[in-house]
Amino acid sequence: MADPYPTYDVLAKRDSASWDDTTRAVVDRRLSLKVPEGVLSDTQLATLRMVKARVCPDPEGRPPTTTLAMVVQRIEEDSTEGFRHHELPRTSDAWRRGLDAIEAEAQLRFGSPFADLDGGQADAVLRSIEDGDVRAPEWESLPPSTFWTWRVIPDLVSCHWSQPSLWSAMGFGGPASPRGYVRIAENRRDPWEALEERSTSPTGWPRHHVR
Amino acid sequence: MSAEAQAPRALNGQAPDVFTPGGWVPMREYGEEEVDFLIVGTGAGGGTLACKLAEAGFSVVAMDAGAYWRPLEDFASDEHEQGKLYWNDDRIVDGDNPLKLGANNSGKAVGGSTVHYMMVSLRFRPEWFKSRSKLGYGVDWPLDWREMWTYYREVEEALSISGPVTYPWGPKRPRYPYRAHPLNGPARYLVEGAEKLGIQWTETPIATLSAPRGKAHPCVYRGFCMAGCSTNAKQSALNTWLPRALSAGAEIRDLAMAGRIESREGRVTGVHYRREGEWRFQKAKNVVVAGYAVETPRLLLNSASPECPDGLANSSGLVGKNLMVHLNQSVFGRTQDDARFYKAPPSLAVSEHWNYEDAGKDYHGGWCYMPPGPLAASWARLVAGKGLWGQDLLDEMHRYNNAVGLKMVGEVLPYERNQVTLTDQADEYGLPVPRITFSYGENEQAMIRHALGFMDQALDVVGITDRWQNPDETAHLLGTARMGSDPATSVVDADCRSWDIPNLWICDGSVFPTSGGVNPSLTIQAIACRTGDRIAELARRGEL
Repeated sequence: MADPYPTYDVLAKRDSASWDDTTRAVVDRRLSLKVPEGVLSDTQLATLRMVKARVCPDPEGRPPTTTLAMVVQRIEEDSTEGFRHHELPRTSDAWRRGLDAIEAEAQLRFGSPFADLDGGQADAVLRSIEDGDVRAPEWESLPPSTFWTWRVIPDLVSCHWSQPSLWSAMGFGGPASPRGYVRIAENRRDPWEALEERSTSPTGWPRHHVR
Repeated sequence: MSAEAQAPRALNGQAPDVFTPGGWVPMREYGEEEVDFLIVGTGAGGGTLACKLAEAGFSVVAMDAGAYWRPLEDFASDEHEQGKLYWNDDRIVDGDNPLKLGANNSGKAVGGSTVHYMMVSLRFRPEWFKSRSKLGYGVDWPLDWREMWTYYREVEEALSISGPVTYPWGPKRPRYPYRAHPLNGPARYLVEGAEKLGIQWTETPIATLSAPRGKAHPCVYRGFCMAGCSTNAKQSALNTWLPRALSAGAEIRDLAMAGRIESREGRVTGVHYRREGEWRFQKAKNVVVAGYAVETPRLLLNSASPECPDGLANSSGLVGKNLMVHLNQSVFGRTQDDARFYKAPPSLAVSEHWNYEDAGKDYHGGWCYMPPGPLAASWARLVAGKGLWGQDLLDEMHRYNNAVGLKMVGEVLPYERNQVTLTDQADEYGLPVPRITFSYGENEQAMIRHALGFMDQALDVVGITDRWQNPDETAHLLGTARMGSDPATSVVDADCRSWDIPNLWICDGSVFPTSGGVNPSLTIQAIACRTGDRIAELARRGEL
């Protein structure tokens, strides 16, 4: 599906009343994040890079994301989020074991490093983890579908949709402080919100017969 | 950042002024001399009680494991950054339906979870306080709804709740202090659906300002409520009860993690807590535990002693048991309209129809429903939960502004098997990591079926297509130290005083014997107000 908001860039609001200094500093820091070195082995990092590309691809025509760096930082800090499935080890350990197991699964199925697989092959490996239909012995200490649902998806997706490029592509307003919104009913849009390019117009103005 | 790496702010006779960037307000300090009340936790329970007790003239120290934020300068407009507001410490979850904690239901900040709550401020249905006698399920509370009605009012006024002039359900109540907010797009679908289905709805009573109040401005409809309110429109313990508590002479200790309550000869004497990298001891004539339904039993269990080998206040064996949450399942779909649910607080309209109507149910208890408003990352996790990833996920995310939904808040019954226990793993403070065990029962499954079916219909009748159900979300944490009338089957009495130890009190969502079908913050605060008044009364009578 084509980007519905090709003319919208949430970063264009950076110097407007929609962003405050605190938010500017946070987003600037995120966008300048580099992949921390020495956290993962070269193979683990290459595997994670491919997992990220298949699960959370960058939207076309938008500036690149720092999603990979955010995830590696999570692994480096061994970040907790207040709950851990009883079958999983802590964040860092789960990711390291998981990346090794994904690599082993790729070798077993396709005789190739995961990072060298084509898109369809990589997706087949990932689908087998999601479905819990794996063969590599490395999974014995890490239940694959639990790892997928409780670690891989939340970590990647949370980091990816913390990226301005993704906010722009979905038409999300992004930061909104101190200025919020004035027109909050359906089919109303403030001038600082995304304009959608669509073939059909919205069905109409707000339904004022409804309170 | 770990709490150990941060520096406390409430020190040297001053506390952060939450209404002024870089500002301070004076704060009385007690050192480690014995105070009348030491309160562990400063959220809806502890923050409210700190205010009430300080205003009643008691010496009060209230400590919180979290930081003392100034929203105007410390809160970014960013979901990820604001993860700093949640209780992110390691907790192990198991059972058939392992709970998601952290961002979902647990705050770690001065002000507790009220710093990031959704502000929905609903009263209990009166019968729920006697649900065993009147409705045939759960267990009766030792509280009378008529008394609670006056305490609800006290909280509604303290928080300047915005809401309707007349409320469609339950006994008469006065109009809300501030006018209702205008409805955003997603709320208007709820309204239209309710009217088509012939049930009542109302503007949600909600703790965000619709007009100025003191130094706080009205809500500007940023929609970042779950990430903390950077404008102070949200009326949280942080910017309502705690400033009052400070003015009345309470001391607030931020970044102070309680580890163990000391007890001797049937009384508690104080709390061991960690602050600025070292363990300290605060003496107190009374200790109030207000850490919410995981940290409260965790602290009580970890305070076991030779006299109380199963933990403090636990002669009933019920500390940690009967953990409840709320069912928070939702239905989403697509509209041709431009709905944009990132604008304004979510949940601006509500229907409590199924809280007050029991006919035709094949389960016990009630539920209400409201429109949710997930921001980018929250929505992405929800959509990914359908099994979408890769290009499919990107494509679905492109349709964000055409998504609308409905979300239930449904009553979960108390089961002893749902519980908080301690593991033998240690956290960053050297304290045992808690294990939280949770499974739905048949009653919950039946309620989920009914609610999802009804909400699906309520979206269908207003033309929402491509509907899908999110069958596995929960909200809030309750139970684990229930109040009651019998020491054998409850942990505290109606005054939140523990049966076993007369100078140990528990004041938070832990004391709920049943969960009701509404968000709990208003009821937690109302109970805290009542507890404050009762303690003052007991002191007058010499019964403390």
